[in-house]
Amino acid sequence: MRRSNPIDNSDCRATPAATLATQRRVFSISEITKNIRSVLEENFSGVWVEGEISNFKFHTSGHMYFSLKDEFSQIQCVMFRSENAKLDFDPKEGLSVVCFGRVSVYPVRGQYQLYAERMEPKGLGALQLKFQQLKEKLKKEGLFDEARKREIPYLPNRIGIVTSIDGAALKDILNVLDRRFSTVSILINPVAVQGAGAAASIAEAIEDFNRLKNVDVLIVGRGGGSLEDLWAFNEEIVARAIFNSRIPVISAVGHEVDFTIADFVADLRAATPSAAAEIVMPMKEELILRISDLKLRILQAFTGFVKNLRQELKALQQSRGLKDPLSFFEIKFQRLDELKKNMTALFETLVRFKEERLSGLIGQLEALGPLSTLKRGYSATFKLPGETLVTSFDSVKPGDFVKTRLKKGFFTSQVKETHA
Amino acid sequence: MSQEPKDVPFETALKKLEEIVQHLENGDLSLEAALKQYEEGVRMADICSKKLNEAEKKVEILMKTSPGKFKTVSFEEKEKKSKK
Repeated sequence: MRRSNPIDNSDCRATPAATLATQRRVFSISEITKNIRSVLEENFSGVWVEGEISNFKFHTSGHMYFSLKDEFSQIQCVMFRSENAKLDFDPKEGLSVVCFGRVSVYPVRGQYQLYAERMEPKGLGALQLKFQQLKEKLKKEGLFDEARKREIPYLPNRIGIVTSIDGAALKDILNVLDRRFSTVSILINPVAVQGAGAAASIAEAIEDFNRLKNVDVLIVGRGGGSLEDLWAFNEEIVARAIFNSRIPVISAVGHEVDFTIADFVADLRAATPSAAAEIVMPMKEELILRISDLKLRILQAFTGFVKNLRQELKALQQSRGLKDPLSFFEIKFQRLDELKKNMTALFETLVRFKEERLSGLIGQLEALGPLSTLKRGYSATFKLPGETLVTSFDSVKPGDFVKTRLKKGFFTSQVKETHA
Repeated sequence: MSQEPKDVPFETALKKLEEIVQHLENGDLSLEAALKQYEEGVRMADICSKKLNEAEKKVEILMKTSPGKFKTVSFEEKEKKSKK
């Protein structure tokens, strides 16, 4: 809500003496400081300032206090804890940096200063930019494509190494290789790994190996260092040499976190030179064990196979069918006879059983049926015509003809009277 | 003579050996096939063993004598010289 110009010029400008007494406006220090602050903040709220760090103090409060200076001037700076926690490098005395922030007043001291929100190292920033640009370019050209990467041989006959002859990297690689495979064969092509001409010398060494064709795999690398130290491995000439190599290349540059262009182009990226050595050569003892184990298994499997065959053969040879083929039929005939005999007997039993059961049933039927009642002297009367059984007096009328069934034969009669 | 053992890379021989062992262990082969596999397996195992045993430790440095011409020097010798 501040006005665009908080200082009313008519108030504080030197004015003719006559008006001074009535018109002069007196500020308190706090007021004038506040006004100055407003002016500064309005005009320098988002500025980039480039300079060299001096009087750097990393206060226990976590805030950073320093000045940025050039040949002729300097400006006080502060970078608060919340901002400097985001830095991915350590600001140091003498370092050229670019800071982004606002210029304001520290009222307690009446001092203007830059409140830095961001800081970038100047030299490094440029290198990083170069790195990004080359990375993009080579990526577009397909130098990083996984599909084109060559396979690393499993057990190389000879390993080519491109690194500094007296660097820690070579010592590490040789140590690890010696431990893993005592009878390894190595050819070193010594190069400068940093400084002017390093990139060209690395590229040439890779080309040498490709011309000589006397190694199966290449390890190209060096120990860890600053971005500047590793820079040769970010040069296009090295990337091209790795890309054009017909011999598979393992890159082994610096520490685990550093990725160089060489790492992206290489057929395999090892985090460190020691790691490259671990990757390139299997453990000899393990291989020897594995092969003797396989040899044993192949022998066991084969003897097992033959044993099985032999047992099958033996079983076949001992089978009766092979020994006495006719006996097979004899058995069958015998069995047939047996079955025939059995069947006849069974059939006879069945018939007998059925007959017995039938006569039993007939007896039962007779005992329950009307004939047995007739046998005991009862008779049954049927109305004629139709022969319906007469069980009640009102089913017949006088004059009807009826037929009476006896134990033996029947007779016909005419109804004379009916009674209830 | 079939293939010279030297022509078969170690890794190929090792892979083949492993396949053969699996085949044989699974069974269901004819006797002729099994015999063939067995012989091939033993041959592969010998190739592997030979490759492992034949190598001798050799660390050398490549030196450029003139453009396009090289010679190799033993690493140990050079180390000794430089230490003197």
